[in-house]
Parts: sequence; C-alpha cells; structure tokens
Amino acid sequence: MNNLFNYIERESPIHELTGATKLVCLLLWSLAAMTTYDTRLLAVMSVLGVALFPVGRIKLKDVTFMLVFTLVYLALSTTLVYLFSPRHGCGVYGSTTLLFGLSGYFAPTAEQLFFQLNYILKYFATIPFVLLFVCTTNPSEFAASLNKIGVPYSVAYSVALALRYIPDIQKQYHEISQASQARGIELSKKASLVSRLKSASSILIPLVLSSMDRIEVIANAMELRCFGKNKKRTWYMERKFRLIDYLCIVVCALLLVASITLTHINGSRFYNPFL
Amino acid sequence: MSEYILEFKNLGFKYRAQAKSTLYNIDLKIKKGEKLLVAGPSGCGKSTLGSLINGLIPSSYKGDITGSLLINGKDSKEMSIFDISHIVGTVLQDSDAQFVGMTVAEDLTFALENDCVFLPDMRKRVDEVATTLNLKDFLLHAPGELSGGQKQRVSVGGVLASDVDLFLFDEPLANLDPRTGKQAIELIDELQKKTGAAVIIIEHRLEDVLHRSVDRIVLMQEGHIVADESPDELLSKGLLSECGVREPLYLTALKYAGVSIESKMRPSSIENLVLSDTDKAQLKKFMKEVHKDKKPLSKEKLLETKGLSFTYEKMKKRALDNISTAISKGEMVAIVGTNGAGKSTFSKVICGMENEDEGQIFFEGNDFSALSIKERAAYVGYVMQNPNQMISKVMIMDEVAMGLRLRGVPEEEVQEKVTKALKICGLYTMRNWPISALSYGQKKRVTICSILVLEPKVLILDEPTAGQDYRHYTKIMEFLRQLNQQGITIIMITHDMHLMLEYADRGIVFSGGKIIADKTCAEILTDSEIVDRASLKETSLYDLANLCGIEDAATFVQDFIDYERENVRGLWDE
Repeated sequence: MNNLFNYIERESPIHELTGATKLVCLLLWSLAAMTTYDTRLLAVMSVLGVALFPVGRIKLKDVTFMLVFTLVYLALSTTLVYLFSPRHGCGVYGSTTLLFGLSGYFAPTAEQLFFQLNYILKYFATIPFVLLFVCTTNPSEFAASLNKIGVPYSVAYSVALALRYIPDIQKQYHEISQASQARGIELSKKASLVSRLKSASSILIPLVLSSMDRIEVIANAMELRCFGKNKKRTWYMERKFRLIDYLCIVVCALLLVASITLTHINGSRFYNPFL
Repeated sequence: MSEYILEFKNLGFKYRAQAKSTLYNIDLKIKKGEKLLVAGPSGCGKSTLGSLINGLIPSSYKGDITGSLLINGKDSKEMSIFDISHIVGTVLQDSDAQFVGMTVAEDLTFALENDCVFLPDMRKRVDEVATTLNLKDFLLHAPGELSGGQKQRVSVGGVLASDVDLFLFDEPLANLDPRTGKQAIELIDELQKKTGAAVIIIEHRLEDVLHRSVDRIVLMQEGHIVADESPDELLSKGLLSECGVREPLYLTALKYAGVSIESKMRPSSIENLVLSDTDKAQLKKFMKEVHKDKKPLSKEKLLETKGLSFTYEKMKKRALDNISTAISKGEMVAIVGTNGAGKSTFSKVICGMENEDEGQIFFEGNDFSALSIKERAAYVGYVMQNPNQMISKVMIMDEVAMGLRLRGVPEEEVQEKVTKALKICGLYTMRNWPISALSYGQKKRVTICSILVLEPKVLILDEPTAGQDYRHYTKIMEFLRQLNQQGITIIMITHDMHLMLEYADRGIVFSGGKIIADKTCAEILTDSEIVDRASLKETSLYDLANLCGIEDAATFVQDFIDYERENVRGLWDE
C-alpha cells in the first residue's frame, strides 16, 4: 500500500528535533521560498532541501508516491502557465529575446523559459522540505507543537487523529474495492477514465458511511476520557527544546531574512539576468 | 457518603428523536465493589442504561429524563460528563474504534493529558498501569500492531489510569475470539479484585460472562428490568429464553432431557454445577433415545484447492501454506481460526482478490486460476462482515441490480432476476424502500441478496452474525440455512462457536496459514488440542458430558445439535 502521509520511525538528528521546531522551520522556509523568485537563493534552498534527506535518513522510495504526484502536478501547471501566458516572463523581465528563430504568440523566449525555470525551482525548494517534515514528525508530537504555537488543542488533536486513521481508512478502502470489483466494478486500466471515476464514487459512499459510524464512537470515547474538559491539556509526547532546536530555527529565519534582503536589493521579487 | 455507587430512582428515558420511551421505571441500586451483569436482547435498553451511567446521556445523546440517578450519592443532573468520568470508567464495545492515541502509551495516558497532569507524573502512571496489565513491551506500538486481546487490555488501561470507582464494560466480548473473550472475562475479574471497584458488564452472551462469577444479573426487556437476582436464582427460571437471551448450553441440554433446574444445583457455572445421579442417568437415557446415525453427505466436489500458497507483499511468512482441501456441493462449512491464521486470506484467494503464488483452484473440476475477480463472482459470491461496507446505492432495488447492470445484462432480464432474488431473501415487499430505513439484519440481507442475484453456487460469508443478539443471530442463520437447502453451498468464516456448532456440517480449522483440522464441529470443539491452537473454547456441553461420565463427548454434542435442529429450530420465525 502507498504511504501517502506517513511518519517513518527512524533515528536521526531531524527526528530528534521537537515537532514545534520543525513546524516553525517549515513555516519560515516556505515563507522564504514564497517571497522570492531569486534563482540563486532558490537553487541553494533546493540543494539544501535534498541534502537534508540523508540527514533525516529518509530514502527516495519512502516518498516516491508523493514525489510522483507533485511532479505530475508540476508538469501540468507549467504547461498551463505556458499555454495561457507564454509571454509572462517578458513582462516580468522587461525584455523579449526570441529563441531558435521562431516567431508568433507561442514562440519561446529566453525570458519565459527563465521565468518558468524559476517557477519550477520554487517547487523544488519547498517540496523536499515538506516531504521531509511529514516523514520525520510524529503526528502526536506535531499536534503537541501546533498547540504550543497557539493553535487550540481540539484543532491540533483532530489533525493528529486524522493522521492516525489514514492507515485504517486505506485498509478499508482496499477491502471495499476488492468486494466491489467482485460485483463487477472495474477499477483496472481496462476501463475508461470516466467509468473508473464513476466506480470510485461507488466505493467512496460505503467508505464515507462506515467512517461516519467510527467518528461517533471515537468522539464518545474521547469525551468519556475528559477531552475538552479544560482549556489546556498536557502532552505525553512533548519534548524539551535543546540548543539544536534554536539553531535550526535561527538558520531558517536567516533564510527568510536573505530572501527579503534579496527582494530589496533586486528591487523586485525577481532576479533579472537580462539587464 | 452513600454505600451505593449507583442508585436509580424510578428513572425513565426517552430519546429526543423517538416517539416511545426507551427506559421505564428503573429502580436499581449498586453497592460499592459489586459486580453486576446487565443482560437483554438488542433494543432492550441496556446500552441506554450504560449511557446514562457514564454521562453520554445527556452529553452526546439528548432526551427527556424522568426520575433520578445518584452517582456516589450525588444527583447526576448536577454532574458534567467529565465529573462522572472520574468515578465511572467506560470501556466501549469496539476496542479498535476507541483507540485514540497513536501508540499504546499515548492511549493509556489520554485521560491524564486532558486533566493536565504533568509529564513526569504521567510517565509514572503509565508505567504502573502497563505493569498491571502486562503491556510494558508494547508501549510504543501502534494499535494496528496489537492482537485483539492486547487491544482490550489497552482500553481497560485507558480507564484504569484515572483511578475510577466503577468500571462499565459495554459488550466487551463482541469483537473477540472465544479464547480472548475468556481471557477478557478473567481480566475483568482480576481488575475488580485488585482495585475493589464496582463492575458493570453489559452483554448478551450470558454463558461467556459467567465464566467468572458475578454478584447479580439484571435482566432487561423492552425498557423494563424484569429480573434482578443472583445468577443461580435467575438460571433456575425460564425467564432468559422468554427475553431472547440464550441460556448456557449445558442447561439447555439438561432441560431437553427433562431435568428441572433448581438454584441449589448452582447452575450458574458448569464447574460448580451439582447433578444428582438420577439427573445424570436421565440425561444419558435421553441422549441414547435421540441418537441417530448420520447419513453421509454428498461427496461431489464443487470447489477444490491443491497446494495453495500465498504470501503478502512485504511479509516474510506465508499467509497460506500449501492448502489442499475440498468443499462438496450443498455443504455448509465453517472456517475457523485466530486472526491472521489465514482464513480470510483463503477466501480472498478463492475469490481472486489476491493471486496465489503456488497451487491450483478447481471449480467443478475446471481450473479457476485464469478467471478474473469479476468472472469468479459468477461462481463464488463474497459477503463482507459489515454491510455498510458493501452498500453504495440509495434504493434496495438498485443495490441488488447493480452487479447485473455492471455486467451489461439487458434491463428486462435484470428486473426478472432481481425480483426473484428479492423474493428469496424476503425483501420483495420492501423493494422500493431506501436502504437507510433498514435494520442491521435487513441490510445484511440486502448485501446477501445483491450477491445472490449473480447466481453463484457458493456463498462465502465473513462473520455473518457479528454483533447480533440471539434473536437476530437465529434469523440470519435460519435464512442462510434456507438458502443452503435450496442448493447453495455456504462457507462461513467465523469466531462464533455456537454458530459453527449449530449450523456447520463441517469445520476447517486454520492456524498459522495451515489447515490443522477438518472434521465435524462437534469433534473440533471437544478436542482440547485443536481448541487451544485455534484460540477457540471447548463447548460447555463437553464439560457436561464429562460431568455425567459420558465418554464419547463428540457424539453427545452432535446428538444434542441434531435434536435441537429437528425439534426446536424456527421458533423465532414470525
């Protein structure tokens, strides 16, 4: 079965950071990547993000599913950007350099290609970090850290609970789909996309209905054990901050500072090599 | 302080959404440290009683309460569900579904977290509870990695951590195999002795709960308490079967033989039961009278496997190891064994949901292996345990027709076949009803019907009666028997010993991916080695046979079942 969002229990320096540290780092990091289109910084962040994988002892095959999913999405969105706005880069960089001697609305320009390169780089700067976060953060600890940074614990806990139930729901989906296939629902590649989508819906209905039953049970079970009694709660999985936690936050904060400074120096969010 | 932990005073309750009351004039007192069994059929109000005790009423379920309930001498109306939870610890029916934490340790500590206990204290408490319940090696395991019995211990631990005065168990046996159920009852008993807390067990499986003694049984029917007395007193009356609760099998056997049960015989457990020599002789004589030699079953092989092996991805151990067996035409077979023994995998491989690594499957002598999952469904139909997992249409008619329509059968023929299947299943008059209006048992029928419409020769059912009380169990099983009599071969995967004993001609026992026994269910349930390996429990009839000095226990059990099938069945048909 695919691991969609799964915490992978291993021993590594990244696993040992507190959930709160990783969450704050993730926020700072994404903010830094979002602010800038500066190729140099994005390149550095992409390399850094990928380099952290061995540190966290996460292997490529652990994240294949998510990675393929993002790459497909990325390919789709880059193509669409080009189709809808093939001269966007020219507007951004203020010049037009036609390539390969082609002309016309859809003719490639150096500016557009460079813009789209930056666009892709932005993904590469963020996605590895997000994947790493998902794989190395224990959901309960994640909930504890959400609570720590000010999110109400009922919200924080429902996030953890959702993560806790994902494997169960995957298993249930698998069982339901097997039984439905026996009744004649075609899910293999033999059927057309439309009929497969239709079939998927007839699996989702029983899945949702049987999940609803469980939600009632779990809600009762939680209430019977005092969930919601106080404004605060303690967390068994909470960890103490150590020096390394502060260091990581400082590094990520510096990245954000770099990103903002570069924006200021460049005079815009873009680094322009065409000047 | 009051000497009673609970005191119901003329209490009545009506759910907001319902026209009729669920509970009437409940007067019940429970002393501190007392152990109580609340029994009764589904819908008798026993779960509602439980919800009143733990505060889910009125916190989660609204309605009108009349009269009063005192918890530890205090009116429950003035207490919040959280106040109550410090006195009453509830273990819900499905220990899987109530597992809140990601790991065992977190689940044990969940209530403490919510009470803002500091981390060092929590660690200490978790350690104590885990030691008591023998869970120390599993503290960092996820719920999915635990066995049924371990899960049960975790859910007990979750309430034990808060140091309560009353444990409330809501159908603790519902999802457990017989041996684990037996251990659960022993655990509850130990818990009560260790903590001195009162215990209330809500359960309709009386015989299994009475494996350890209880102080009183409260019997409920249609919202009223109809009996509140010691087990020995209650069992010497005929009240149980009138209320649709199954009495212990050994008592049923004695009654058939004409032995009258009195409280001084201590009928509440087979171990303490006192029978006079006349009683024993009477039982022996009766059994000799009803004994019949069995006519051999048909030997025409319908489904056969040869050397079937299968290993799940990422698993080292074989889930099925060299399985060779055969099912004959018209049989009703039970497949039993612990979780993970291979019984579900076996049926999945037969249906084509998983593909075997080695071996062959034959259906009526033809190789089955080349057929797809969809094609095999025309021969072998598979019915899942939970009907909600199979139903995807709004109307009964459409649900039953789905399989045919997906196969492109012309609509005229669809109507004809659906009508026929609906009539067989007794659903024809309801054909235009929405499925949401049906009861659990009726939904089960719909799912069976939607498989039958494809006209398979074999039906495989996964736990056909899980979570059903005696009356509904009998209804479902009698329906399956009728189908069987109409020529459909039936394979049931089950934990339920009564089911296999009463309805299966033969039992196939799986253990560790292998078949360890294949014989009549009476023989299986009187063979202590197999019973042990398959996590079953010997039937109490076996103990009764020993008590009366009957040597051939298997024949005794078989004669009892045959007698019951011929003379007593079908009493529930309305």
